[in-house]
Amino acid sequence: MAEKEKLTLVVFSGDFDRALAAFILATTAASMDMEVTMFFTFWGLNIVKKNEGKIKSKGILRKMLNAINRGGTKRLTLSKFNMMGAGTWMMKQLMKDIKHPTLDELIKMAHDMGVKMIACTTSCGVMGLPEDSFRSEVESLAGAAYFLDEARNSKTTLFI
Amino acid sequence: MKADQTLDCMGLYCPMPIFKTAQKMKELKAGEVLEVVADDKGIKKDMPAWCNSTGNECLGLEEKDGEFHVFVKKKP
Repeated sequence: MAEKEKLTLVVFSGDFDRALAAFILATTAASMDMEVTMFFTFWGLNIVKKNEGKIKSKGILRKMLNAINRGGTKRLTLSKFNMMGAGTWMMKQLMKDIKHPTLDELIKMAHDMGVKMIACTTSCGVMGLPEDSFRSEVESLAGAAYFLDEARNSKTTLFI
Repeated sequence: MKADQTLDCMGLYCPMPIFKTAQKMKELKAGEVLEVVADDKGIKKDMPAWCNSTGNECLGLEEKDGEFHVFVKKKP
């Protein structure tokens, strides 16, 4: 069987709207028989953090960071017009109105279609995030060398 | 055009019609034709692009009262 064309996505942003764009591209590419790898780094980690439970980190700075930056799809906000949450809520209503899949649904779809989701070890180290901070769809942790190796063998690489 | 199976994607926006087509095509046998019905205009370009990427054949598109009927043949 012919080798699949590869798509690599770096997801650096933790914004709700950017997360939607990333997962729509990932699921569509997977539907088109592309092999997709998503590398979540820095604020992007917020998209794939588990929604429920505690994120256990050590040290006052990290505890403070993870308190204001808890993450998880239900806490993500729009990059513009968040308006203290009202804008994000309204956007979700608009999506519901046209039966657009929710971000959680897109993440599950992507996982079911074989999209690989990887979390950046360095960002986890800086922010003090233990391995159990993430949702089940995240398959492993890796670093920049792994990402670049995937990227150099990918026909298409995008930074979100 | 005749079809072996139909997939209703009315009211669904990209990427859902493409996503559902990819899923549904797994059920078809080689050479069978799937009729996808959608009202998102994006399908006019999306479906030929999907066929191009996956090696399936896009037989054509018929437009009827805002409904797009696209016929896709599964590759051998």
